Amino acid sequence: MDKVNVTINGITVNVPKDYTVLMAAREAGIDIPTLCYLKDINEIAACRVCVVEVDVKGVPMRNLPASCVLQVQDGMSVRTNTPKVRNAVRMNVELILANHNRECLTCMRNGTCELQKLCDELGIDDIEFQGAKREAKIDNLSYSIVRDSSKCILCGRCVSACRDVQGIGILDFTKRGFKTEVAPAFDFSMKDVPCVYCGQCIQACPVAALRERSYIDDVWDAIDDPEKFVVVQTAPAVRASLGEEFGYPVGTDVTGKMVAALKRLGFDKVFDTNFSADLTILEEGTELLSRVTNGGKLPMITSCSPGWIRYCELNYPEFLENLSTCKSPQQMFGAIVKSYYAEKEGIDPSKIVSVSVMPCTSKKTEANRPEMEVDGYRDVDYSLTTRELGDMIKRARISFTKLPDEHTDSILGDYTGAGAIFGATGGVMEAALRTVADILTGKDLESIEYSAVRGIEGVKEASVVLPIGGVDTEVKIAVAHGTANASKVLESVKSGEKQYHFIEVMACPGGCVHGGGQSHVSAKARLDVNPKVSRANALYELDRSLPLRKSHKNPEVMKLYEDYLKEPNGHLSHKLLHTHYVKRDSYIVEQEEEFAKMLEKLDR
Amino acid sequence: MKIFRSHVLVCGGTGCSSSNSALIKQRFEEKIKELKLDEEVQVVATGCFGLCEEGPVVIIYPEGSFYARMTVERVDEICEEHLLKGRIVRKYLFDESAREEKIKPLSEVEFYKKQKRVALRNCGVINPEDISEYIARDGYMALGKVLTEMTPTEVIQLVKDSGLKGRGGAGFSTGMKWSFAAPNQADQKYVICNADEGDPGAFMDRSVLEGDPHAVLEAMAIAGYAIGATKGFIYVRAEYPIAVHRLEIAIKQAKETGLLGKNLFNTGFDFDIEIRLGAGAFVCGEETALMQSIEGKRGMSRNKPPFPANKGLWGKPTIINNVETLANVPQIILNGPDWFKSFGTAKSPGTKVFALGGKINNTGLVEVPMGTSLREVIYDIGGGCPNNKEFKAVQTGGPSGGCLTKDHLDIPIDYDNLTAVGSMMGSGGMIVMDEDNCMVDIARFFLDFTVDESCGKCTPCREGTKRMLEILDKITEGKGTMEDLAKLEKLAVNIKETSLCGLGQTAPNPVLSTLKYFRDEYEAHVLEKRCPAGVCQSLLKYIITMDCKGCTKCARICPVGAIEGKVKEVHVINQDKCIKCGACMDACTFHAIIKK
Repeated sequence: MDKVNVTINGITVNVPKDYTVLMAAREAGIDIPTLCYLKDINEIAACRVCVVEVDVKGVPMRNLPASCVLQVQDGMSVRTNTPKVRNAVRMNVELILANHNRECLTCMRNGTCELQKLCDELGIDDIEFQGAKREAKIDNLSYSIVRDSSKCILCGRCVSACRDVQGIGILDFTKRGFKTEVAPAFDFSMKDVPCVYCGQCIQACPVAALRERSYIDDVWDAIDDPEKFVVVQTAPAVRASLGEEFGYPVGTDVTGKMVAALKRLGFDKVFDTNFSADLTILEEGTELLSRVTNGGKLPMITSCSPGWIRYCELNYPEFLENLSTCKSPQQMFGAIVKSYYAEKEGIDPSKIVSVSVMPCTSKKTEANRPEMEVDGYRDVDYSLTTRELGDMIKRARISFTKLPDEHTDSILGDYTGAGAIFGATGGVMEAALRTVADILTGKDLESIEYSAVRGIEGVKEASVVLPIGGVDTEVKIAVAHGTANASKVLESVKSGEKQYHFIEVMACPGGCVHGGGQSHVSAKARLDVNPKVSRANALYELDRSLPLRKSHKNPEVMKLYEDYLKEPNGHLSHKLLHTHYVKRDSYIVEQEEEFAKMLEKLDR
Repeated sequence: MKIFRSHVLVCGGTGCSSSNSALIKQRFEEKIKELKLDEEVQVVATGCFGLCEEGPVVIIYPEGSFYARMTVERVDEICEEHLLKGRIVRKYLFDESAREEKIKPLSEVEFYKKQKRVALRNCGVINPEDISEYIARDGYMALGKVLTEMTPTEVIQLVKDSGLKGRGGAGFSTGMKWSFAAPNQADQKYVICNADEGDPGAFMDRSVLEGDPHAVLEAMAIAGYAIGATKGFIYVRAEYPIAVHRLEIAIKQAKETGLLGKNLFNTGFDFDIEIRLGAGAFVCGEETALMQSIEGKRGMSRNKPPFPANKGLWGKPTIINNVETLANVPQIILNGPDWFKSFGTAKSPGTKVFALGGKINNTGLVEVPMGTSLREVIYDIGGGCPNNKEFKAVQTGGPSGGCLTKDHLDIPIDYDNLTAVGSMMGSGGMIVMDEDNCMVDIARFFLDFTVDESCGKCTPCREGTKRMLEILDKITEGKGTMEDLAKLEKLAVNIKETSLCGLGQTAPNPVLSTLKYFRDEYEAHVLEKRCPAGVCQSLLKYIITMDCKGCTKCARICPVGAIEGKVKEVHVINQDKCIKCGACMDACTFHAIIKK
């Protein structure tokens, strides 16, 4: 790439010519403030907080351009610290603040809010231009996501994340002028639109305009109720992010401290979703083998990610039969807790409260799907995000960083490396291959790291030769993460361009490690660290450190089969661990009258 | 072609159509048939004549008789007298035409005398729904000429040489724009005609499309040939149903005639045009937002660069030209750059169409050479302010422009001159204001428009204009302070300098220019709590003068009992109680109540 010389505040840097002024300034050690900018996702120059003074070869540029999109040119001279720039930046931030619900002290993003941080950095001590605020409302009707338009600063980051990254586009700018809002079409609730609740919008949101629906209070109530036996499971990806809530670098594995904290919070038993991830592999691996040998529907597609399941139900109903019938590890765990565990421990299942901690916001909706229960007992009663767990630990005044490492409880707490890597894109596929290959070859294979399915490329393809029915067969696999990539893979299968045996899909880019429930990483921090990569590395590290790395070697899972389920895909498995899917329509309003009212409102 | 001895041209533009010109035309046809003149007299619906104030307009040729403010009732008499007996019906003529003994034909009326019609040359002359009438006026000859005799490079050079600048507002060289798109390699390029005319009170583009749609189609094909595009889009407001209808007819006829479509003039050049309707968002006139809208997305501006010539519609090289700009192109090709440069000024050659509105006698559409002074347009053509009121200001450039004063009346109109004094050419709206207009209120009006019409993307335009509007509201309500004036300026400067697109960058102009030239009016509102023009309701005072006869009518009608006084004595209004409804003033038989 050709390089050009640019001067930033008198410091000359030599940078590639496709650099923006913002990036070039970083090279010069100048941190230009930004707000709407989210690298590679939202580069729309809307907030006008990153404006700078520029001249090119001595000729001043008209007005103050936005450095986030302004490409460098040879001989460009940029000034970021002139009175003109300082005043402009300050005024634009003040204008945003004037139309923002500034209840910072009671806001759930207090401390992680990028706008708050910016105000601090800019030393904003007064808002000169105050006036009317945009009409605002709170939509908290879905199980997963709360949209609070009074906090929205119209940066468009969620719009780009939903539309461009995920290929869904349920959020967009609506109305115009001062009345402009970011909202679903026709002001529908998030409950009624084809949202998959992946929460990538929450990850993109710099403020608290989009956030998870919190179940913290329900969980406290359960813990405080002496009649209840409260068990908790934590998903594989949670441990790679929870530490960030307490100042650890992005992607630090804090499993031991997390377990210790959960015990101190008062959960009666602390288990691990990694356990049911191993269990999932046995069920799903068996299902795959059965489909391949018995001429079942192929390609089989994983069903661990509820965002992905909802996406498929909404957009690709023709692939519903391709979905593995396995419940997700979260739901499998819940079903086992209230059956096998209850029976073993002699606890009345109606007294058990099953709590999950997930990197995910879609899990909240999944837990509330009507079919996710056995004999009237809900598999999972409350699903919390990583962030909510962090909040609970803080509220309980537990000094997280000083906690000792502790171990999960038996008999649902053991896990292998295969379960641990479930949280990263490609992890389910790799775990499944480890088990399936052993079963088919009848050996305990030593080569178990499938690097082709690791990493953050959008769609990964590989093939593995495995003896099926005694014949060496090339098993073709694909891994997609992010719903836009999932759509690409499905389209290529639909058109006949590609044939696969097994496809892994995770709804979030990077997989669960970058789920909508994970700790917030600011736009600025993301310039230096990629949470998808760092957190996945933590999981692969954990995998390598474990003595057992194949799901079928998990002693507690094996015991579960021996004592209770008998065999994978058996009768009891089907009752407890498998489910079904339905084609879903979107933008449905139950009463026509309501719709008419809505249209009338729009007319006004 | 059939020859007629007389032609009755009935204006079919939007203005006259809304005052029933279609019924007038229909009655002419019926009556002419009754009189068995239908073999001799032809009735034609044309585009706009320009003098909308006097509509519905009917012109009868060969005499060029200008019948103004026509009604259906007058048709029979005109048919019997004028068409049958050859006696012009003087009493129905446009006032000026009949003022002197010798009847003035249309062409000699003051309103038309100073005009030079290039973009509007066919408006009010031909039947826009008949391609043969356009062809008869040299239509599609320019296209034939470029396709058969010129290379694309020569076409671009010719347009560059003419000095034609974009008539949509910014005034960028049309030839340059084309030359940026031409060298870009792409499997598809596009030509877009921007007909999303959104300035309040502006209707230049509408009139061209209604009166001469083929000129625009022809120019688009020429532009397509010049830059290597085979596809064109006309982005036109859905609120222009007549223009859309005539464009549809024109495209259909051009295709049937082989002047659009495949292999034009047997040269192998293909060009096709589609219409896209805008849903009425002002920002969609901004080119990047316009392209988003054509792509089916929400119309929101985006950062430039990339410019459309490099990455435009669907990422392909695209040129976007305004209707009026395009309407000039065929004439430039046919008559050459020197002919075009013979009008106007050195830096801004050619003519410009203006929509005259507001406090002016001859509301309507005028086309004058660049360099004509504001005075000539407003007084000589426009006839000055009605009711002998004093001229106060003229607003040019719509919501992006500014207000100019009587000190600017002798400025020759061109892009640079208007910008230099804090306004802009804009698309050609020209709103005249007299002593009864409050300049703070005018600034408030335009800002109110931008607050609603900002696309909502960038902070300064979306939030800043609203804060400005709130301050103006405060001032017009008499609650403003001198600090507010300072705040207003501060906001205005920031919005100008940091907004994303042209809409925001120019939105503060109406405020900045009025602050500059009419600061005393702002100060009167702030310091004296007085609206000098008597417009701002909150600042008005109703006062009873010595003309009061003490009839007590006002005191009885006042809904809040604010008027006191004895019979046959001068009454007094209690200002603390008065709600300024004006009922007393309406009721007073002796005109003894005034507001100020």
